[in-house]
Amino acid sequence: MSTPFYVSPQQAMADRAEYARKGIARGRSLVVLQYADGIVFVGENPSRALHKFSEIYDRIGFAAAGKYNEYENLRIGGVRYADLRGYTYDRDDVTARGLANVYAQTLGTIFSSAAEKPYEVELVVAEVGAGPEGDQIYRLPHDGSIVDEHGSVAVGGNAEQISSFLDQRHRDGMSLAEALKLAVQALSREANGNEREIPAERLEVAVLDRTRPQQRKFKRIVGRQLTRLLDADGAGATPTDAPSDAEDADGGSTPAAGTDTPAKGADAPDEGTKE
Amino acid sequence: MEANTRSTGRLPAAFLTPGSSSFMDFLSDHSPEILPGNRSLPPLQGAVEAPHGTTIVAASFPGGVVLAGDRRATMGNMIAQRDIEKVFPADEYSAVGIAGTAGLAVEMVKLFQLELEHFEKVEGATLSLEGKANRLSTMIRSNLAMAMQGLAVVPLFAGFDVDREKGRIFSYDVTGGRSEEHGYAATGSGSVFARGSMKKLYRADLTEEQTLTLVVQALYDAADDDSATGGPDVARRIYPIVTVITDEGFRRLNDTESSEIARAILERRLEQPDGPRAALL
Repeated sequence: MSTPFYVSPQQAMADRAEYARKGIARGRSLVVLQYADGIVFVGENPSRALHKFSEIYDRIGFAAAGKYNEYENLRIGGVRYADLRGYTYDRDDVTARGLANVYAQTLGTIFSSAAEKPYEVELVVAEVGAGPEGDQIYRLPHDGSIVDEHGSVAVGGNAEQISSFLDQRHRDGMSLAEALKLAVQALSREANGNEREIPAERLEVAVLDRTRPQQRKFKRIVGRQLTRLLDADGAGATPTDAPSDAEDADGGSTPAAGTDTPAKGADAPDEGTKE
Repeated sequence: MEANTRSTGRLPAAFLTPGSSSFMDFLSDHSPEILPGNRSLPPLQGAVEAPHGTTIVAASFPGGVVLAGDRRATMGNMIAQRDIEKVFPADEYSAVGIAGTAGLAVEMVKLFQLELEHFEKVEGATLSLEGKANRLSTMIRSNLAMAMQGLAVVPLFAGFDVDREKGRIFSYDVTGGRSEEHGYAATGSGSVFARGSMKKLYRADLTEEQTLTLVVQALYDAADDDSATGGPDVARRIYPIVTVITDEGFRRLNDTESSEIARAILERRLEQPDGPRAALL
């Protein structure tokens, strides 16, 4: 019979954190930014069907970096949580804060339970308010902590560098085109300082737009609308950059979500590609 | 019931179980007591007195479909509510109008809307129109025990089929039996008169505006002969709820628009109380 080695709790936790961080770092980064009319999610994603961003509820959006099957699981759990809560109480009683708490508890329990492998995910839960001061963005790292973010947040592989880049350049009241360009600029910077080009087809972009007349504020920006926003001259882009619903037809998306069905359980598009 | 009141605060296993995209399936796993179908009534003598909604009509036209309902709810021989709303959007491209026990009907619609939205969020794609119609069928069937005790809910479901590019209407019976209607349909206590009215006035080539007038005429005729259906109430400015679904999605006519249609009909009926006449041969 072999005697198990003693591993101090500090060491065990550090090992688990290291494991989760490495897993998350393998995925590509994504950023979430406030702009004048809401919150924009931008990330590099070669897949059109396996989304990194999605709608949770009327005013709440979800973004995740890391292992696809794990965050997809949490996403569906969040949708169920929000829908059940809205059904038992009222649609107004579903808040990003409540959802972020549940995610934090879930991630925290999994992280500290010796029987489970820690989730290799980092989440962002964002809620768009009636005005910019009502916007809420929460970042949820793998260990179950919550960080209340303002203005901009980056998660994933190169997050720290991208965050500091965004912090210096992001300001309140940016137009959507400006915010989108800043996000793409930030994502294009590689760890070694080089820049690379990210074509529009490889970008996944979604917004929580408070000016949208529908109750559900989440909308994907695809196709022509995305190209037009990227090409727009930052300064003169304000009148045309509202994601008008007339353009849904152009982009070929349904009013609230993409038309593609994500193949469940499939590997993430960014799994295993190291940046 | 709520997720974060459990001991660890962690999402319970049912929330993270992959597989189902249906909110009702999730509910029946996690908290079956919330599902309307899982309630049972004690044995009763006679019928339960509860407000009942009355007449719903629908008619299709090239390019879409119109769904409308009167505003009255009755309880026995009393008018329980003058301005009840019985027509609701189910999602972007469909609507549901409900006749029968008002309280149960409203709950059923709420759950149906959520079922469609939940599927859309989880799958990232909308259900087909047939799929939506079938889900509604299941929900009515789960209410069968209540229906046997006089608390029936009988909806009319209309939507724009984006694949076939046309408006379609589905009618139901209390057992959840579903049938597709071609042209026009009606449900509720005044449905006999409304259907008779539309039978004489409906043509397949009506425009959207004409179809709007057609359904309001049908509701007027229903109110004319059925005491449980409410006609346009000019004094209180209560007019039928009229909705249109086309390839641009669901739209509910605002009060001004529906009052204009109702008033135009009322104006003509002052001279011709029985409404427009169809040719004899």
